[in-house]
Amino acid sequence: MTMEKKVDHSRRAFLRGGALLVAFTLVPAARRAWADTEVDTLGTVVLAPDLPGSLRTNPYLDAWIRVGPEGITVYTGKVELGTGVKTALLQIAAERLEVSPTAINLLTADTALTPNEGYTAGSHSIFDSGTALFNAAAQVRELLLQSAGRSWEVAPPLLTTQEGVIHGPAGQRMSYADAVKNVDLHLYAKSESPAMPATGFKLIGHSLQRLDIPAKVSGGPAFVQDIRLPGMLHARVIRPPRPGCTLEAFDAESIKTLAGVVQVIRDGNYLAVVARDEWQAIKAMRSGYESARWSGGQAIPESRDIHTLLERLPSRRYPISHEGTPQVATDKSYRARVTKQYLMHGSIGPSCAVAWFKDGTLTVWTHTQGVYPLRAGIAEMLRLPPDRVRCIHTEGSGCYGHNGADDAAADAALIAMRIPGTPVRVQWMREQENLWEPYSSAMVTEVQANLDAQGRLQDWNYELWTTPHNERIVNAGRLLPARLLARPFISAPSVPIAQPEGDGDRNAVPLYTLASTRINMNFVTEMPFRTSAMRSLGAHINIFAIEACIDELAARAGSDPVALRLAHLADPRARAVVERVRDAIGWSQKSSEPGAGIGFAFARYKNIMGYCAIAVRLRVHPQTGEVQVDHVVTAVDVGQIVNPDGLRNQVEGGIVQSTSWTLYEKVAYDAGGIRSYDWSGYPILRFSQVPKKVDVHLLDQPGQPFLGAAEIVQGPMAAALGNAVANATGRRWLNLPLTRSEQPS
Amino acid sequence: MTQVTLNVNGSAHALELEPDMPLLYALRNHLGLNGAKYGCGLGQCGACTVIVDDKPVFSCVTPCAGLEGKKVRTVESLGSAERPGPLQKAFIDKQAAQCGYCIAGMLMRAQSLLESNPHPDEQTIREHMAGNLCRCGTHLRIIEAISLVAGQNGSAT
Repeated sequence: MTMEKKVDHSRRAFLRGGALLVAFTLVPAARRAWADTEVDTLGTVVLAPDLPGSLRTNPYLDAWIRVGPEGITVYTGKVELGTGVKTALLQIAAERLEVSPTAINLLTADTALTPNEGYTAGSHSIFDSGTALFNAAAQVRELLLQSAGRSWEVAPPLLTTQEGVIHGPAGQRMSYADAVKNVDLHLYAKSESPAMPATGFKLIGHSLQRLDIPAKVSGGPAFVQDIRLPGMLHARVIRPPRPGCTLEAFDAESIKTLAGVVQVIRDGNYLAVVARDEWQAIKAMRSGYESARWSGGQAIPESRDIHTLLERLPSRRYPISHEGTPQVATDKSYRARVTKQYLMHGSIGPSCAVAWFKDGTLTVWTHTQGVYPLRAGIAEMLRLPPDRVRCIHTEGSGCYGHNGADDAAADAALIAMRIPGTPVRVQWMREQENLWEPYSSAMVTEVQANLDAQGRLQDWNYELWTTPHNERIVNAGRLLPARLLARPFISAPSVPIAQPEGDGDRNAVPLYTLASTRINMNFVTEMPFRTSAMRSLGAHINIFAIEACIDELAARAGSDPVALRLAHLADPRARAVVERVRDAIGWSQKSSEPGAGIGFAFARYKNIMGYCAIAVRLRVHPQTGEVQVDHVVTAVDVGQIVNPDGLRNQVEGGIVQSTSWTLYEKVAYDAGGIRSYDWSGYPILRFSQVPKKVDVHLLDQPGQPFLGAAEIVQGPMAAALGNAVANATGRRWLNLPLTRSEQPS
Repeated sequence: MTQVTLNVNGSAHALELEPDMPLLYALRNHLGLNGAKYGCGLGQCGACTVIVDDKPVFSCVTPCAGLEGKKVRTVESLGSAERPGPLQKAFIDKQAAQCGYCIAGMLMRAQSLLESNPHPDEQTIREHMAGNLCRCGTHLRIIEAISLVAGQNGSAT
């Protein structure tokens, strides 16, 4: 019997309606910049389209804020991924409740407690959850004021609050906890909230220190890896050598005799060992790898052929932007083919989860980005009702997207169900994370554009090929362990995230004024490697390609590339970041040293979120081609800034990480398999390669909507590096990673 | 199982261990210390860095059996969240963490440098820290935090 026949097709896509509908039917309201996103991939339901932020999907005030004798509890469906968002959300809630941050107990994603805000992804957390809390907190405070006003027969505008106590004009005092007794917070939020001028903010716009850092620098329990429950057992999984393999032989009996081994699990091609001690589990796992015999498996392409393969594989072609009619072309044109290899998220800590099946309920502590979709996937996999599964977010190592977190949680769930009553911790090994995490897709883009007789950009042709960037958990089949079981689940069909957020086509449409466009995405549905979301999705290569083309067209016209950009940017906020960087770096002066170059780039993330311009000064070693980044200057506008230092930290981190991706990173593979099983096979940037100096300029927009920050730098940094290398060498390097790929001669 | 006596953060612990067990697992699972982190198990990333006598080591590839008579220090020895030591305080002041998974290892590698060279310049810091990986890109702040302590050391002498 083949594996295909054993598949239960009735379970293909439990969120088929939700995922597909949400992906395509929510027309973004540009007025507010609420858009259809990867965040919504989970099938959250819009109940109140007129409300701001995530109040759209969770309109009840008491889903966000509860007040009682024990104090104030604030709930968010978003999670801390290392971006400082928990602190920023606390600032927003405290500002609008007009209490000290220490007066609030802030709880992040937990399916038993918090609203379903889908995924923490796409630079959406402040945009969605921050906006919801900004409004919900102010409305709750207003209801508390009204309650006190009724008691005292005083009009609410005459009342003030301080540290959670309402004060009346005659010296009356009432705590929030007392005031709430006459208020029902199980109430839909209103579309309008009490106004608060940005000049009055005491917390928003100020650099509150992060809540989580003291524990992290002192060995406090800070991560899911640090959870220790009574009687907890340690598990390890044993994976096939590659996807699609069939287990032919496995000596479970001899593993069971090893010291400390409690259980050996075999279910189809799924293997795991459970032991009392973690080191015993590792030794049992190693023994399992030695005894397992596998056959078959998916073919793995040759790395050098991947881009031509992507152009040939089955795909769906999506028109992205077809505007205007090209005028007569001048000789000032440029054409290029740009490529990118597969990238890893490369979390420093491999994925981990703890699960405990007790009293009929399975609890999973997980560093997933989306507890609700994960719960639905696990429940389907285990054939449990979703209300018997609880997923609690607990921080893990930074993920930057869809890494092994959900799959490790599914491992823990599967194993814990075999040992009822006992908590089980599953830790993936480094090689398991590297071989089995979903990668960021390899891509090909072709750009062709020209200038008209007046030097205006026109006839912008852009074609890209990509595999999916959003294989999130919309059914059990999206969970890797579920695919290995004797009755395997299969993945729901791939669906790209719609514009304007975009998928592989994120930022494929330049923000520049273009007389005519022909932009298409070829969405490759057959994946040589499993791919999913990684910070900025396709924006990394798309902005790299667009900005290379702009520089090349400027060179053909004899124009300054920054001036050419400004001539095609109408949005004053876009112009402002460009002009700030131009002036701050002293454009276009560069060092007289051999191999020195300077490069510029700009993008507005998804064309609806944060603005970012970057200039880079670097040197390219004339013999080795190694790149030393000397100076990076960036200016960002993310709307109202919540925590300036937190924003700065995100931007600096993005600059360093994008430098690593752009200069150095690619998954190494050939027909024999994936070779990047450790850090020697997947080298990332080290301290010695960090840019010498980074200057971040924050262009605050007090009172304006939050736009999100965490991913806005990835594309512009890549593009500025590419342009600086071209400036330094006189050659246009078009294949990523720049220093480890063959380049056009 | 063998009895191994580990001296960790100034206290002796007699533990029943498999002698090939790397120090990392003894610290985390037998002594309940969270600071040293599992990152690769191969000595490539430094998340597990601790100080043995006065040298930074990768605890994930250091068997317990070889540590009798040696002094092991983890990040817990530098101070607590409530009373952070100077280097921990510098990391808090500079907000030198994003996800923070690598940070305890960074602190211990930096601590070993500052103990042997109280006034390292930035280039020395970059070279010394190259054994530890950070994926969030917090490197510049880590360098700043270490430099801050190096500057304080300078004023003390």
